[in-house]
Amino acid sequence: MADLQTSEPSTSSSTDPGPRRPRFTQPGRDGVPALLVKVLFLGVVVGTAIALTPALVGNGSWFFLGAIWVVAAILVATYATGRALPAKYLVPGTLMLALFVVYPIALTAKTSFTNYGDGTRNDKQTTVDQIVGSSVTRSADSPQYNLTVATDGDPASGPFTYFLVPQDDPETVYEGTPDGLEDAPDGVTLDNGRVTAVDGYTILNIKQISAASDDLDEIAVPTDDDTFIVRDGTSEAFEGAPTLVYDEDADTITDTTSDTVYSVAKQGDREYFVDGDGTRISDQSWTANVGLRNYERIATDAQIRTDFAKIFIWNVIFATVSVIGTFLLGLLFAITLNDPRVRGQKIYRALLILPYAIPGFISLLLWSSFYNRDFGLINDLTGLDVNWFGGATTAKIAVLITNLWMGFPYMFLVSTGALQAIPEDLREAATIDGAGGFAGFRRITFPLLLVTVAPLLVATFAFNFNNFGAIYLLTGGGPFTPENPTAGGTDILISYLYRLAFGAGGVQIGFASAVSVVLFVITGVMAALQFRATRSLEDVN
Amino acid sequence: MTQVQGPPPGTTLVEDAPPTESGGGRRRRDPAPRTKMPPGRWFREIGWRHLVGVLAVVWALFPVSYLVSASLNPLGNVVTSTMIPRSFSLDNFTQLIDEQPFGTWYRNSIIVCVCVVFVQLLFSTFAAYAFSRFRFKGRRGGLLALLLIQMFPQFLAAVALYLMFTEIGEVIPAIGLDTLPGYILMMCGGSLGQVWLIKGFFDSIPMSLDEAAMIDGASHVQVFFRIILPLLRPILAICGLLVFVGVMGEFLMASIFLRDEGNKTLATGLYGLIDADRSNNLGVFAAGSIMTAIPVVLLFLYLQKFIVGGITAGGVKG
Repeated sequence: MADLQTSEPSTSSSTDPGPRRPRFTQPGRDGVPALLVKVLFLGVVVGTAIALTPALVGNGSWFFLGAIWVVAAILVATYATGRALPAKYLVPGTLMLALFVVYPIALTAKTSFTNYGDGTRNDKQTTVDQIVGSSVTRSADSPQYNLTVATDGDPASGPFTYFLVPQDDPETVYEGTPDGLEDAPDGVTLDNGRVTAVDGYTILNIKQISAASDDLDEIAVPTDDDTFIVRDGTSEAFEGAPTLVYDEDADTITDTTSDTVYSVAKQGDREYFVDGDGTRISDQSWTANVGLRNYERIATDAQIRTDFAKIFIWNVIFATVSVIGTFLLGLLFAITLNDPRVRGQKIYRALLILPYAIPGFISLLLWSSFYNRDFGLINDLTGLDVNWFGGATTAKIAVLITNLWMGFPYMFLVSTGALQAIPEDLREAATIDGAGGFAGFRRITFPLLLVTVAPLLVATFAFNFNNFGAIYLLTGGGPFTPENPTAGGTDILISYLYRLAFGAGGVQIGFASAVSVVLFVITGVMAALQFRATRSLEDVN
Repeated sequence: MTQVQGPPPGTTLVEDAPPTESGGGRRRRDPAPRTKMPPGRWFREIGWRHLVGVLAVVWALFPVSYLVSASLNPLGNVVTSTMIPRSFSLDNFTQLIDEQPFGTWYRNSIIVCVCVVFVQLLFSTFAAYAFSRFRFKGRRGGLLALLLIQMFPQFLAAVALYLMFTEIGEVIPAIGLDTLPGYILMMCGGSLGQVWLIKGFFDSIPMSLDEAAMIDGASHVQVFFRIILPLLRPILAICGLLVFVGVMGEFLMASIFLRDEGNKTLATGLYGLIDADRSNNLGVFAAGSIMTAIPVVLLFLYLQKFIVGGITAGGVKG
């Protein structure tokens, strides 16, 4: 093959970059159709990037703008030249992975250092604008407008745009957003001093306006002369001056009616504008960096500390028992049915795989009905009267039994496949040497089998360690005791911490992100340790 | 992953195993003559296997039997549902189709599943080809990194994904939050999920095939699409199935992403049904589950001959 240096590097594990190829793809190698497809594809990519640029610039989404152009550049660099063969095959999937898995993980890590959540969803400038805007009051000569609320997004969540017609000048139309006021927008249909249709926008009806009223109340359209336009009911708006004034240099808000000065002060992990007595001007705060506070809270919060150890232990037990249990059961069935003399092997296999073919959420919800104390199938069949989800221990057992049923078909498949990969003559040789039956299995078959399935077992462990779905759909984490309503008897870390983050204290996204990062680390460390223990990755070839 | 000595399972498939054979192209030995065996020995060697097998089947199927029975029970509640069907009525099915947007859920689920399966198989196969056939810097590191990254459920980054798609939606509403394309795009983040499995299978296809084609003047693209891809059918069938079942049952991200009634998938739709009234909606839920599971089960049975040998050929499920 040495003189055939045309395209493929040899598969010896040398790291030489392979044979030198011409710089640009030649039609002779790939053929004209392939070249056309390539040109067309790259054209579409670059075209898309160009088409999206104005919208992204207009929206100020600088990150996405960068991302789109980087992606386009990578694609062009990969496919326009004749080099870097492996990259041609790796780039599509890797891009997807980077955009929708790796980047979200990085974003999660970044958010974990902030206090982002309910009451701190906006940056400081927006919050100040909202506070100031909400103090707009009508004066005697306030202009009135006819108001039409529209959106180019979703009628429930916005973003909302006001189309305003001055009542003393019914031929003029303004388009107002929290960013400012624009004269004479395009594509507007005026009817009797009111905007009735706008190209590309959905006009909200009264019902939709009242549904979105909380969002609309926060909208104050700034005008050029330091006044704001705010809505006045569902179909009118007025222009007025705010009674609050923000002083950027001093970073204070002054109430012009009472001359009270509000300055920034920290309360808890949030900053508010407060007066001299510490009374807040508004409960609105803004997103701020809080450093390691979220992590400190996970480590030092008394409640979490007492719960954490208990839940962590159960979490490890849950994942371990699930993996070992399903593996042993699946292996037992696989060994039993692996004898070619058994009639109906195919039928057995088909039936045993069935549970795997039923989508997980169905099985879990079905099983959760099985444990009903009075009418559930389990108590019916066994004649017991166990209140399965009533006590922590029985609920744990119920979760484990369910997970055993959920997971054994996969292990059965895996074991069956692995058993068939073990050469027959090995077992025969062992039998001749006097290691027949169980001894042969223990010394020959099982170790060989373990080599194949160990990585699968580790992956299954990791999956179960964060198996939010199983806990959530079966028990919801319960049962809960009156003295501890946050940590349930079957909670695993992920379900417990998410309840904390999205529970009674409002949505605490910064904290939830810190939790995710901690879980990432725990899962990663455990998987790494297990891989090291099984030594299964040493001969990745 | 780690190749066991001897021919890896699935290799024989490449040599055109007759489709009637079970167990992924396993070489069948001649069955031992059954008549010669005294009953005692028969039980010791084979009979007990049937005993365990029957027990295993009972254990595997009793919930399925209950599900079928509940779906045929006209009262449709937990109280009157039994394991063995006692009545036969299609009330639950008609109720589901007439009173719930079941058709819409079904359509959405199929759209999502088909798109995600297609993208995942295509991209995974590409990457597996590179990992199996080329030697380049960062190859082993890349493989291991893939393995680790896949250990984390996307749910852990749910908040970040939510924020991300909110922002995307402001620029391109068609792929934002609460849209099927957006949800599909997010699910495609796992599009390298099947690399290990397919790579293991690739490794069992002899390089000499590629080389012969190269000598005949085929480019690497032609080798990939005309020589290798047809041989991959069994492993693609299995991976496709795994992804299909996974996406069909994906509930968490769907419930965060798809709020609008018209965008719900089977998973979120059926969950909404049973969550509204866990004991009285059981029948309707069971009917929906049966209709959800039937196509998947049929696919499973149809592809069964590939599954057993193929799943461990790659060694790692994503």
